Amino acid sequence: MEQVIGLFNYWIVIFLMMTGFYIVIARRNLIKVVIGLNIFQTSVFLLYITMGKVTGGTAPIIPPRIVAQHHHADEHAGAAHDSLAAETTQPAKSVAGELATQTEEIIYSNPLPSVLMLTAIVVGIATTALALALVVRIREDYGTVEEDEILALDIQS
Amino acid sequence: MIANQLPVLLIVLPLIAAPLCVLLGSRRMAYPLALIVSWCTFAISIALIARVMQTGPIHYDLGNWEPPYGIEYVVDYLSGFVMLFVAGIGAVVLAYAPRSVAAEIAPGKQTMFYASYLLCLAGLLGMCVTGDLFNVFVFLEISSLSSYALISLGSTRRAPLAALKYLILGTVGATFFLIGVGLVYQMTGTLNMEDIAARLPTVGGPRTVLVAFAFMTIGLCIKMAVFPVHTWLPNAYTYAPSVVTAFIAATATKVSVYAFVRLVYSIFTPQFAFGLLPLDTALSGLALVGIFAASAAAIYQENVKRLLAYSSIAQIGYMLLGISMANQDGVTAGVVHMFNHAIIKGGLFMVVGCFALRLGSVQMEDWRGAGKTMPWTAFAWALGGLALIGVPLTVGFVSKWLLLTSALESGRWGVAILMLCSSLLAIVYVWRVIETLYFAEPSEKAKQATEAPLSMLIPTYAMIGCTLLFGVWTTYSAGLAGRAAASLLGGAP
Repeated sequence: MEQVIGLFNYWIVIFLMMTGFYIVIARRNLIKVVIGLNIFQTSVFLLYITMGKVTGGTAPIIPPRIVAQHHHADEHAGAAHDSLAAETTQPAKSVAGELATQTEEIIYSNPLPSVLMLTAIVVGIATTALALALVVRIREDYGTVEEDEILALDIQS
Repeated sequence: MIANQLPVLLIVLPLIAAPLCVLLGSRRMAYPLALIVSWCTFAISIALIARVMQTGPIHYDLGNWEPPYGIEYVVDYLSGFVMLFVAGIGAVVLAYAPRSVAAEIAPGKQTMFYASYLLCLAGLLGMCVTGDLFNVFVFLEISSLSSYALISLGSTRRAPLAALKYLILGTVGATFFLIGVGLVYQMTGTLNMEDIAARLPTVGGPRTVLVAFAFMTIGLCIKMAVFPVHTWLPNAYTYAPSVVTAFIAATATKVSVYAFVRLVYSIFTPQFAFGLLPLDTALSGLALVGIFAASAAAIYQENVKRLLAYSSIAQIGYMLLGISMANQDGVTAGVVHMFNHAIIKGGLFMVVGCFALRLGSVQMEDWRGAGKTMPWTAFAWALGGLALIGVPLTVGFVSKWLLLTSALESGRWGVAILMLCSSLLAIVYVWRVIETLYFAEPSEKAKQATEAPLSMLIPTYAMIGCTLLFGVWTTYSAGLAGRAAASLLGGAP
C-alpha cells in the first residue's frame, strides 16, 4: 500500500512517460508523434516537481505575518536605540528571538526543481512549436501527415 | 577588466547577435554581423586557451553567484580544446558561407539562417564551457533546436521530414538526459559538476545512480549518433544545405562526445562506468560494429553527402573506441580524433558544397570527370580523403596511431586488427569518389562546370590545410588533447 500511495506521483510519472514514449514509437501520424513527445516531456516536469516537494512544506516565501512582525521589531529596536533606555531594548530582543524560532518551525519545499522546470517548459514549448511548424511544411509539400503515405510518395519520386 | 569576463562573452556575444540579425532584417547587414561575431568568439576562445595554458583552469561565476548556488563556467584543457575548434570551425564555415547560401537558401530566409547559425554556435560553445549539469541540457537544446531549423532549410521537400525525424529522436535523447540530471540531483542535491562528483555515491551506490547514468548515456548516445541509434543522421546531413552540413557534421556530434567524456570521466568516475559497469566492453563493441556497418553502408552510396554521413557514424566509433580504453593514449586518441575528424569532415563537406554550387548536384554520376574542369576542388577532396583514411602526414594518421598504440598497450589485439581492416573500407569509399572525379568520362554537367569561386576555395583550403598542418605539427592538437586526457585520468596536467 505504501508503494502505491506513497509513490503515487512517481507512478503517474512512469505512466505518462511510457504513454508518451509508446506514442512516439508506435504512431505513424506525425501530429500524434509530436503530441506523444510532448506528453513524454511533461512527465519529466512532474518528476522534478515531485522531487522538490517536502511533506508539509510550504512555498519558500517568508509569510507576510512574519515580515510585518520583523518590520515592527526593527522599528521597536530603532526606537529603543534612540531612547538609550535599557528596559525598552529588552522586549525588542525577545521579539527578535521569537521571530527566529518561528522561522525555524516553517518547513519550506525546495524551489529549485520548479525553477528548473520553468526552463524545461520553455524548451518543451519551443520544441513542440518547431515540430508543428515542420509538420505544416511537410503537409504543404506532401499533402499528408501520415508517415507511411509520405514514404510511399518519396519512393515514387 | 574585460579579460576576466571572457568566458561569458563567448556565449553572450553570439546569443545577443542572433536576435540582432533578425532585427536588422536584411541579409546584407546580417551576414557581416554574424561573420564578425563568429570571428570574435574564435578570438576569445584563443585568448581563453592561452590563459588556461599559462595559469591553469579558469572558473567563472556567472553573475558573481558563487557555486554551487550559481552557475559556474569552467574552461580547462578539455573544454578549452573542444571550445577552440568549435569556434574555429564556426568562423571558417561562416566565411565560406555566402555564395553557397545564396545558391541554396531562399533570399527571404537567409537572415533567419544566420540567426539560427549563431544560436547553434552559442549552444555548442555553451555546452563546452558550462560546469553545471542542467545548463548542459539547456545549451544542448539551444543548439539542437537551432540545428533542426537549419536542417529544414534544405531545398528539397525531404529536408523538413529529415529535420522532424532528427527533432523527435533528438528530443527523446535530450529528455533522457534531463531525467538523468533529475535523478542525480535527487541523490546529491546539487547541479554543479564538481560538487556532484564529490558527493555522488558511486561505489556500490544505490540503484538511482545506475539508472541516472543509464538515462544520460543513452540520451547522449542518441545525440552522438552511436551505431544503433544513428538513424537520424544520414537523412539530416544529406538534405540539409551544404553549409549547414559542413558546420553541424564538424561540430554538433563532437560536442556531444565531449559531454559524454565529461560525464564518464569527471562526474561518474571511470571506476564506476568501466569497473562496476561493463560500459567499456559495450562501448567498444558498439563502436566496432558501428565502424564496420557504417563504412560498409558508405561504400554503396550514390549520394556523396550520404556517403560522408555514413562515414561520420563510423568515425564516431573511433572516438568511442579511444574513450572506452580508459588509458592515457586511448583517451588522448578519442579527444584528438574529435578535433581531427571535425576538420576533415568540415573540409570534405565544404568541398561537397563547392561541387554542389557548380554542378548543382551531389549525386556521384553528375560528378563524373569534374576533376578536369574543377581541378582545385577535386584536389581538395583527394587531400581530405587521404586524411580520412589515415595516411601518414595527415591528422587521420595521428589519431589512428594513438589508438593503435593504446590498443596494443592494453593487449587488445583483436581491436587493433579490426581497426586496421576498417581503414581499408575507408579507402574504398574515398577512392570511389576520386575515381569518379578523375578517371570517368565527364558528365554533361561536369563539362560545363567552372572552378569554384575563390571566396569558397580559400576557406576550404584553410580547413584542408589544417588536416595536413596538424598531421605534422601536433603541439596544439595531440599535445593539448594529451594534457586534457592526463587531467581527466587524474594525473598532473
